[in-house]
Order: sequence, then structure tokens, then C-alpha cells
Amino acid sequence: MAKHINVSLIGNPNTGKTSVFNLLTGLNQQVGNYPGITVERKAGVCKLPRGVKAHILDLPGTYSLNASSLDENVVIEVLLNKKDKDYPDVAVVVSDVENLKRNLLLFTQIKDLDIPTILVINMADRMKRKGISLNIPELEKTLKTNVVLMSARKKQGLEELKQLIASYKKLSIEPCLNASSIDKPYFEGLQKAFPNQSLYKLWLVITQDVNFANINRNTIADASEFHTKKKSDLKRLQQKETIKRYQFINETLKQTQTIDVGSATGVRAKLDQLLVHKVWGYLIFFIILLFIFQAIYDWSAYPQDLIDNGFAWLSEAVKGQLPAGALTNLITEGIIPGLGGIVIFIPQIAFLFLFISILEESGYMSRVVFLMDRLMRKFGLSGKSIVPLISGTACAIPAVMATRNIENWKERLITILVVPFTTCSARLPVYLIIISLVIPKERVAWIFGYQSLSLMLLYLLGFVTALGSSWLLSKFLKMPNKSFFVVEMPNYKLPMFKNVAINVVEKTKAFITGAGKIILAISIVLWVLASYGPNEKFSNAKEIISQNQPQKSTIELERAIASQKLEHSYIGYMGKAIEPLVAPLGYDWKIGIALISSFAAREVFVGTLATIYSVGSDEDETIKNRMAAEINPDTGVPLFNLATGVSLLLFYAFAMQCMSTIAIVKKETNGWRWPIIQLFFMSGLAYISAFVAYQFLK
Amino acid sequence: MKTTLAELKRGQSAIITMVETDAIPLKLLEMGCLPGNEVTLLQVAPFSCPMYLNINGSHLAIRKEVARQIEIELI
Ligand SMILES: Nc1nc2c(ncn2[C@@H]2O[C@H](COP(=O)(O)OP(=O)(O)O)[C@@H](O)[C@H]2O)c(=O)[nH]1
Repeated sequence: MAKHINVSLIGNPNTGKTSVFNLLTGLNQQVGNYPGITVERKAGVCKLPRGVKAHILDLPGTYSLNASSLDENVVIEVLLNKKDKDYPDVAVVVSDVENLKRNLLLFTQIKDLDIPTILVINMADRMKRKGISLNIPELEKTLKTNVVLMSARKKQGLEELKQLIASYKKLSIEPCLNASSIDKPYFEGLQKAFPNQSLYKLWLVITQDVNFANINRNTIADASEFHTKKKSDLKRLQQKETIKRYQFINETLKQTQTIDVGSATGVRAKLDQLLVHKVWGYLIFFIILLFIFQAIYDWSAYPQDLIDNGFAWLSEAVKGQLPAGALTNLITEGIIPGLGGIVIFIPQIAFLFLFISILEESGYMSRVVFLMDRLMRKFGLSGKSIVPLISGTACAIPAVMATRNIENWKERLITILVVPFTTCSARLPVYLIIISLVIPKERVAWIFGYQSLSLMLLYLLGFVTALGSSWLLSKFLKMPNKSFFVVEMPNYKLPMFKNVAINVVEKTKAFITGAGKIILAISIVLWVLASYGPNEKFSNAKEIISQNQPQKSTIELERAIASQKLEHSYIGYMGKAIEPLVAPLGYDWKIGIALISSFAAREVFVGTLATIYSVGSDEDETIKNRMAAEINPDTGVPLFNLATGVSLLLFYAFAMQCMSTIAIVKKETNGWRWPIIQLFFMSGLAYISAFVAYQFLK
Repeated sequence: MKTTLAELKRGQSAIITMVETDAIPLKLLEMGCLPGNEVTLLQVAPFSCPMYLNINGSHLAIRKEVARQIEIELI
């Protein structure tokens, strides 16, 4: 049996670590979570020469081994715990040739850990343009390591890296500088007390608030022959360590790196002048947003129509093929329309993730953070909240997770609480179908139509509500408020197609499978509830209708029977029970049911209506046509008119209808308190605003 | 009166002379914000906060309050 090699990829953010990972593993990767915490875990398999397999683990990006966040804890945990199943046989440190100085800090720390280490210097394709040249043999000698000059973009250096990984046993594990010289007596005492442990590991355990399976903080504190220092002394010592390392790095680079400033071209400076300009910067950002929303709405309309019609056709085709019966009905009336309700999201979600990942990849997102910080602080947020707020337009779950790099807890908490107001992609189908029913199709100007403007307005409404509530929260929350805020401004880069594509595929897939399960389950339950009834008003629907209205034509008769059945099914009774609650908002009991099931997940709305309306109807119609045909029995006008439409839109804009978000907020805030406050606040706001809108417009 | 980073003008460069290490995030030190290193102010947002700097070759943005904790000498 061939042994596999455990490889950890480590590096600062923005060094191209993900690109190297993608290059090594291709689509051969799994994304999951580390057990018990919500840090994303990316692993993949890479085939090395001679049939050896390497398990590649892409650790979260980190600037050093000083654990200041969950992400960084994971890195330390994996690197220090020999018993961890991910403990690497070889560590690959990825660095960026343009930021070597800073990137090497982490490298020198890793070198102290007794792990065979390879240094990848990535982005080699940019050396020429930036006038950088490196003396690699000299660098290898001083850093006591093997260096691979690589370009993930040009796919250079990949084979060399694979070769080195395969022969990891020959790599050096010697540290490249002696960091303990910052306080000799202290470190000598430490080593004497624990002769079997690596000195740097001990140091990390002492300075970090973490325990590792094989070394425990308390045993160190208890060791009588050894006295640990005061906290403030430790911090000072830590800074000394950092300075010491930088001195070594500066010295090393002086010997091995030359930068010819003259030949460097200043694309960054020129672009920055425009993109973070006090006027143009904001204007450009606004136009980009407008463009994205237009694209999501207009461009995805074509594939969506195809999908909608396709599923209607599929239902019919399957019905024609299978023998009639309960199972066939379940498939054609429950499962297929339910699935159609989620597949129809794919184009929009893919577009959204496409744009977000292009913005991130190109380095533009950091400029937006920079531009918006001042403004966001007025509302109690941070410039960094803009990334969660924008990713929130895809899905609140990754957005809540993306708040982790906000240093200030108050700003972070507020961001977590208001992120679910942003228009996530699950609201999109609800918006789209209602907008297409109640808003006229005309264009107002150029390529912009009423419908896409309404959509934009809803997105704006989401943002404005998020900002308004954060302003409120910042007034009410009393918490210490230290304004730590550091944003790295990466170089501008043309996004790499492979990275963007993998990102879009992964995220869309995760969304579809995650939401898909819920939707499928709910549509089956709904179908059962709609297809059976508790009493003879349901089972004898045919006789009752034919007796009461014998003069009707066959088609009318069938319609009447179907609606009699639905009304007296289990779900009909449930809907009727809640009707008094939703009637003031302009909804009938069918919408009421969709509303209730939406509290599991919003995207269920369309699927639910699809299931409810398709029970008993046998024409091959799209969901939208069926909804348009609904008449409100009390008023005689179409059920989905402007008043109901706006009321529904507002309800979905504000209500907290997503169990997964509640779960993640609980996890990130360590308790039920905040998610429950969030649930009641948002849903209360939703009910009141929908009520006001309906009463006003009707 | 000591000069701090907060008073730097756009385009100006300086050498960091002292860092109030307890009042600034460790991450900033790790990115090279240490005494002896060079810093240049590249851009500022409206109302000059945050500030977009080049510190020791790292490009990053920080808020003015943090910049006040970093003493500099103009060059
Ligand atoms: N020019 C160039 N750009 C690269 C290279 N590798 C990655 N990039 C770009 O660098 C940016 C950051 O890459 P990513 O893999 O996301 O970095 P991570 O944050 O370290 O995971 C992206 O815009 C990539 O397209 C390379 O070899 N050359």
C-alpha cells in the first residue's frame, strides 16, 4: 500500500495560496468545516510522481503564529499537535515575491517547529515588471530551506514543487534564526524544565491562550523550577521576537534581493488614484453595483425561463410515462415542482458569486473597504462590514462567517445582527416572481426597466434597513470600543479564471445541496398534507361538487373539485387557521402556508406555492401563470395585485426566515440571546411594515 | 511635541521612531510597523480617515486613532 504524504499549505492572505492549492488539486477538493467550529476546511488530493499521493490541506491565511482569531488557532493547532490527523509531514509556505519581507515573518516562525519546510515564492511572473531579482541559492542557504520560484498564474514551478514534496524526508528542519537570543536566561530555563519539548512550541503555548494536546499551559505554570513571566512582560518579549525576526529578514533580503525601482511600473498608484478618489471612487463603486444587479436580473432571465418551462414540461412528460397513482402524483406534483423551485436559482446565484469573486480576486474589494470605513463607522460598523454586507447578497451564512476579520467585537456583533437584512439570493426568487406579477414590464430609460429598478430598490431597502438598525444598535449596545482596524491593500490583479470558476462552482453547489435538502423535504410534506384530508368533505369532494353545481362544464367542474379538495385537505385547514393573522397583510390562506413554511428557509416560498397550486391542476402551466390566475374570492380582483405584492415584498425583505442563519448566529455569538433578539426584531418589523403597506395601497 | 503618523501629508515619507505597542494591534507589528522602518502616506479617504500607507513595503490602511500611536520622523 502506498503511503500518502500530509502536506499543509500555509501563508499570508493574498499570496496566491488558494491558487497554488487549486493548481495542485484541481477539482479534486472537498470543502467542509473543522469539527466543532465554523472555520472553513479545504483539503484535496494531489498525485505525485511514482504513484505517491499527497493530501493537501489549505490552512486559513494568517500573518503569523500569534493566534488572535479562530482561523489562526486552527493553523497553530494543526502545526503543533503531532497527534492531529492533519499534522503535516511537510509544510509548504506560500509567499508573494512582491511582499517577501512581510511573508517571511511567518516562514521563520514555521521553521522553528521541526517540520520539513518548503518555501514557495509565488507570482514570479511579476518580477520582471516590478524590477525584482532574487539570488535563490543564497536565499536557500540563509533560510536553510528549499525555495521554489513559482507562478500559479503561468503554471510554472509546479513540477518542481511536486518533486520536493515527494522527497520531503531530505528537507531541512533546522531553524533559520535563533529567536531565543532575545532573552537567553529565560529560554534556557524553559528548555531545562521541559527537555523533551521543542522550545518554540513551548513559547507559543505560553504566549497563546491555547492548550495543545501534548502540552498544557497549567503544567508549565505549575512547574516549580520554572517561573513564567507577567503578561505584560510576555507581550514585550513577543514584540522583541517580532523585531528580531524582521532584523534577520531585512538582513537576508539585503543580501539576496535587488529591486530596480526604475523599471517598476506603477499600475497600482495610477489605479488607486482613480478607484479610491473622493468622488470618482464612490461613483465607480455605485456603477459597479448597479451593473451587477442589472446583470443578475436581466441576464439570468433567459436561462431561468428555460428552466421554468423545462420543469413544467418534465412534470407532464413523467406523468405521461408513469402509471397513474399516488407515487406518480408525489413525483409530478410534489418533487419535480419543488426541485424546479430551487434549480431556477442557479443562474442568479452563479452570477452573484461570479461578481463577488471577481471583485475579491482583483483586489478591488479592499479599496471598497477603505472607501466605506468612514461612512460605515457613522452607523456603528466598520469598513470591513462592507464585505459581509455584499456577500450577504449571496447568502447570510458565509457573510456572518466573513465578519471574523473585523477586529472590534462591537462592530462585529452589529454586523452579524444586521447582515440578514441584506437581500440574500434566497429572497431573489420570491422577489422575482412577485415583481414579474405586479410591476409593469416597460423600460424607463436606456437598458433599465421598472422591474429591474424595483429589484434594485429592494436591494437598497435591505442595505438601508441594515444601516439604520446598526445605527440603533450602536446607540444601545454598551461595549468597550477600541478602533483596531488594519486592512491589507493587495495589488491589482487580473482575476484568474480557474480560481473564479472553482469558487462559483463550489459556492453554488453548496447552496443547492444545502437548500435543496430542505426544499425537497418540505415539498414532500406539503404535498402529503395537500393530498389528504381529515373528513368526507375531502374524500367525497367529487360527489359534493357535482351535486351542488350540476350545470357546470367539465373543465369548470374539475377546477371546482380541485379547489374543494385543497380547501378541505390538512393543509387547507392549517392555512385557514392562520388566515386571520395574515389577512390584514392581504394574504389568503395559501400564501399563509407558504409564509409559514418559509420560516425554515425563504426560498421555499415559490416551491410551496408551486406545490399547492399544482395539486389538482393538470395543464402544463408555469408557476407564474398559475399565480397570475389566482383570484381573491372576497374582492374579485387578482390575488397578486400591487398591494399584496408590495406587502409580500416587504415581509420577505425584513423577516428573519432562515433556520441556518439563526444557527450560525448562535454559533458565532456563543448563545441564543442574539439570534432570538434578531428573530423577533426582524419578524416584528416585517409584519408591521407589510401591514402598513397593504392597508395603505389597497 | 512629537510628530505622529496621523500628521503625515499625502505623498510624504517618514521613519517610524516609536510605536505605542499596547495601543495598536499586533497584526500591524507583524506587517512591519516597527521602529526604524519607512512609511509613506499614499492616499487618504475623505476626512483623512482611514489612511492608506506603505509601511516597510506592505500596503495597508489604518484609522487615524491608531496612526496617532505611532511616532515618526519626517525624511
Ligand atoms: N500575477 C500572478 N497573480 C497570481 C498568482 N497566483 C495568484 N495570483 C493572484 O493573486 C490573488 C490572490 O490569490 P489567492 O489564491 O486568492 O490568494 P490567497 O488569499 O493567498 O488564497 C488573486 O487575484 C490571484 O489571481 C501568480 O502566480 N501570478
